This record gives sequence, C-alpha cells and structure tokens, in this order.
Amino acid sequence: MLPLPVLTTMAAVLTIAVFTFLYKDNPFYKFAEHVFVGIAAGYVVAIEYQNVFLPNLWRPLTAGQYVLIIPFILGVLMFSRFTNRFNWLSRWAIGLMVGTFSGLAIIGFAQGDLVAQIQANMLPLHAHSLIDTFSNCIIVLGLLVSLVYFFFSKEHKGVLGASARLGIWFLMVSFGASYGFTVMARISLLVGRLLFLLMDWPASFGIQFVH
Amino acid sequence: MERFDRRYIFLVIFLIVLFPLLMPLGLPIRVSKEVSGAYEAIDKIPPGSKIYFACDYDPGSMPELHPMTMAILYHLFSHDVKVVGACLWPGGPPLLEDAFNKVAVQKFGKKYGVDFVNLGYKEGREVVMVSLGRDIPATFPADFYGTPVGQLPVMRGVRSLNDLDMIVNISAGYPGTKEWVQQVQSRYHITLAAGCTAVSAPEYYPYYQSGQLVGLLGGLAGAAEYEKLVGVPGTATRGMDAQSLGHLAIIVFIVLGNVMYLYLKKTGRLTRR
Repeated sequence: MLPLPVLTTMAAVLTIAVFTFLYKDNPFYKFAEHVFVGIAAGYVVAIEYQNVFLPNLWRPLTAGQYVLIIPFILGVLMFSRFTNRFNWLSRWAIGLMVGTFSGLAIIGFAQGDLVAQIQANMLPLHAHSLIDTFSNCIIVLGLLVSLVYFFFSKEHKGVLGASARLGIWFLMVSFGASYGFTVMARISLLVGRLLFLLMDWPASFGIQFVH
Repeated sequence: MERFDRRYIFLVIFLIVLFPLLMPLGLPIRVSKEVSGAYEAIDKIPPGSKIYFACDYDPGSMPELHPMTMAILYHLFSHDVKVVGACLWPGGPPLLEDAFNKVAVQKFGKKYGVDFVNLGYKEGREVVMVSLGRDIPATFPADFYGTPVGQLPVMRGVRSLNDLDMIVNISAGYPGTKEWVQQVQSRYHITLAAGCTAVSAPEYYPYYQSGQLVGLLGGLAGAAEYEKLVGVPGTATRGMDAQSLGHLAIIVFIVLGNVMYLYLKKTGRLTRR
C-alpha cells in the first residue's frame, strides 16, 4: 500500500481537479471523473465477489447445500443479456427479482407508510396546550388542502379551487424547506472537502495548518 | 443581470465558507428535539446490551454522515453497548471500519469481535433487511474479514434483529431510513433511530412525527447537535460556522437577485431568454 502522504496528495489533487469544473469543463475534471467511475466500478465488483458471491452462494454450494444451484443458475442466466439469441432467458431471473422487490415494497409501504402515516395524522383538534392545538390544526388542514390540490377529477373552482390554492401554499412551504436542506447538504460537502484540504492533507505530512 | 457571470457567486461562496474554517467563530448550536430524541433513546440502553448499526452510506456523503457515525458510536461505547455493524451500500464497510478504529479501539480500547463487529456489505437491499429480521447468521454467514459469525463472541445469542435492543441507521438514500422503517420497524417493531443527509431529512420527518423513528439527525447540523450532546466537538461542530455563513450568503444572493429582477422589470429593462 502507498504511504499516507502519497495517498492524501492524490486525493487532494483529484479534489482540486473536480473543483476546476466550476471554472468550466476541462480535461482535469474529466480525468478525475473517469478515475472515480473506474475505481468505484472495480471496487463494487470486487466486494460483491468477496462479500456476497463467495460466502452466500459459492462456499455453501460447494459445501453441499445443493438447493443453492437454483439461484446460481438464475444468476448465470442474467449473463444471457449479452447474446441476441438467448437474451430472453434473463427474463426468468429479472422476473423473479422484480416480483420479489415489488412484493416487499408493497407490503412495506402499506405497513410503514400508508397505515402508519394516516394514523399519525389523525390528531385531536383540541389538545392539552394551545400550541399543540394550533400545531395539530395546521397539520390536519395542510394535509387536507394538499390532498385536494392533487384531486384532478373535478375542475378546481369554488371551494375546491380555494382549497387547492391553499394547498399550493403548504406545498410551497414544504418545497422551500426541502430546498433549504438541499443547500445545507451541498455546503456540507464543500465544507468536508475544504476540511480535507486544510486539515487532513497537511496533517499527513505532519503539518498543522489550522487549529 | 443576465450577463452576470455565475463564477463570481462560486468564488464568494468559496471564500465565505473558507473563512470560518481558518478562523472559527464559535456560533452557538441549539439542540433540536429530533436529535435529543435519538440521544435519549441511546442513553436508555443498559450497558452490555447489543444494537445493530446500519451504516448505509459511502464516501460521497461522508462529510455529513461520518461525524454522525463517530458521535453516535462514541455515545454507544461510552455506555459499554456492543455494536453489530453492517452495510447495505458497497462503499460502507471501510467507513464503518474507520469509525470503529477511531472510536472503539483508539478511544475506548474495545476489542473487535468481542465488543463490536463489522459484518460488511450485503447486496439485496430490502430483501437483506427482512432477512435480518429472521436470521442474521444466515444473511451474513461471515464478517467483513471472512470470519464465520459463529466464531465471534459478540454474535453469541444474536439470531435475529429481535435479539438486539435497537437499530441505529445512518443513511445516504436508497436503501436507507425509509426502507428500515417500512421493512423492519413496522414489521418487527424494533426501536429505530436514524441519521440522514440533509437532502433526505424532510422526507423522514413524518416518520419522527409518527413515532416510527425515536430520533432523527439531519445533515451536518444534526451531527453537530449530537457532538454537542456527547460533549465531543468534531468536524461537524467545526463545519457549522462555515455552514451558517454559507447559508447567509445564499440568502443575500436570493434577496439581491429578486430585488434586481423587480427593479429591471419595473424599469422595462428585463430581457427574457
């Protein structure tokens, strides 16, 4: 393995290369991007082989758990995508995967989102404190008018139109909050990279640049 | 206004974010009830108990989520809680390893396999989650280093997630907090606390409101609040000054942009592209 100062310098150079995109698209950025994609793909293949294929399939199969021949064959069938003549065989494996994930997603959504969230929004409109009462009323009102906005089976006129317009306001506040959090995430990433350039990189050479 | 080069905005943001990193301002950090909820739930776990630590992120979200992982692990190991860590993101295991080394080994002198374990990465997303609820050794037959889980003392008596006291999930997206709530919390009714990127935090607040999550740490701010609660300021606390000034600059830009827009519209000099 390469020494730490060499590794951190490589990371720092690649970080600066990515930052150059802010000036304009250039070969330094493209180089960093390609290196990242290549390494990430190689890493995933290696870790899938070591941590998934060997312990969960190959080792138990070769140790006598012959029932695992079924997922092994289905896995091999996925590679038939590379041939024009036999690519239809991959549909068996894909079908099983889509079916399994759909089943799990539907059950999970019904249990974890639909029922639980409806339950959570059945709030008393007269609570113990004035703040809770106000808060519950706002949540229930916001939920109802936001749902009305997404009701497209009837023209948004009259009471329905007014509710839908109020729903837009609630949705706008929600989008505004999401935007604020998105900005926070992006600034955090910048902070993270700057801390690396100011602290971790010099520290690998034994230099303390900032305290 | 249309001719304004946006690179000036990048430069201003860069300088504003850089300044407090060089000269920290020490702006106050207020702890939200979502973060204190997670802290209190972890604080209640008796010493010697075991928890499942789902480290579902990769280096792309490291600046936000790694400080959370470090702070929560600090809290867990300071209470002598044993940690079973695993990842559903391929880039996760080395990050979990780094956090274990820095916190468990270097700060508390804990032993691998006895006090904590890194089960590594497993492909299968929701299928893995449901499988963990039934049989952990069948899902992860070996740890990240290939050691059979039956040989690890920390895994003794751990058959499924029900044998653990709590799940802590640090998530950068899919699969992550949403799936842990849908597939595990609602199915097996296990206490779940989560930390997530700021981008995904608004999506998970309803889960906190409904009680499906006992606590939620959102982005760098959530990490900084947790660092404050455990009394160990780290990179999140350090980054919050830069974060706050960066936000302030963006607010100023938004206000200026709107003022300019209204002025140009009023004077008839606004050209549409």
